[in-house]
Amino acid sequence: MQSITMFLQEGPAQTTNYMILGYVVIFGMMGLYGISLWIRQRSLRQDLAILQDLDENNVDS
Amino acid sequence: MSQKSRLLTVLDVITLFLLLVATWMVFFYAPMERVMGQVQRVFYFHVAAGWVGMLGFLVAAVAGGIYLATANRKWDIVEVSAVEIGMVFALINVVTGSIWARPIWNAWWTWDPRLTTATIMLLVYAAYLMLRSGIDDPSRRARFGAVYAIIGFISVPLTFFSARLFRTIHPIVIGSNQPGATGQFDMSPLMVQTFLFSLITFTFIFIVLLWHRIRMGQMADYVEELKLKIGDQ
Repeated sequence: MQSITMFLQEGPAQTTNYMILGYVVIFGMMGLYGISLWIRQRSLRQDLAILQDLDENNVDS
Repeated sequence: MSQKSRLLTVLDVITLFLLLVATWMVFFYAPMERVMGQVQRVFYFHVAAGWVGMLGFLVAAVAGGIYLATANRKWDIVEVSAVEIGMVFALINVVTGSIWARPIWNAWWTWDPRLTTATIMLLVYAAYLMLRSGIDDPSRRARFGAVYAIIGFISVPLTFFSARLFRTIHPIVIGSNQPGATGQFDMSPLMVQTFLFSLITFTFIFIVLLWHRIRMGQMADYVEELKLKIGDQ
């Protein structure tokens, strides 16, 4: 019913809240994915540093 | 491990700038749609996210094919990276579509052909990631993943053409001729410009994210190699 009355009204429908919610989701999900990439990359760099140290120690001994 | 390329840094900056401009165009350049009001502005990034999702799955299928032909591990990394990014953007597409549908269709969700096929597509690729995580042997995982990425790609054209082939209430903005669609609108020139700019921006976002994700995959491979090497010593 709401959608039918929307098309009968003169002005545009009041849908600003849905637009805001939409863009919160878009930027939120893109941001979360970016953060997840950054965290995973940082964790791999830490692992790599530790493993390279271990590898060098093994070669020395 | 290779250092971050200067080109990637430049691409990061360009992409961020494009995203800022696209966001400005969505909110201040494109006019408000006369019937739906502000929620129509979700359309620009909703479609662009759907495009990136499908592009990701296409790249994954191509990379899968190349992996099967060459058995080069780097194509497996490209494939899984593209699927991961495709999943994120396909999910953004579905969720924002649902948010748009609430005031326009008066429902968060309906089992319309387009929505149903989009959900199937998401589930197909979620299963791809689950399948990969369940296989320990890297070469077997890559082989299965490649075959799955190629076969799973069938769900992509099915989703794209579902709104054109079946009777649906989902609007088709480009080349529209769907009489039953609810929320259909004609784009003004400013809307078309904003729409095309958003598509270009999201394509840049895809390229940048894919590059970063591939670098991460290569680093993960190198870490695994080192672990095995140290374990053997």
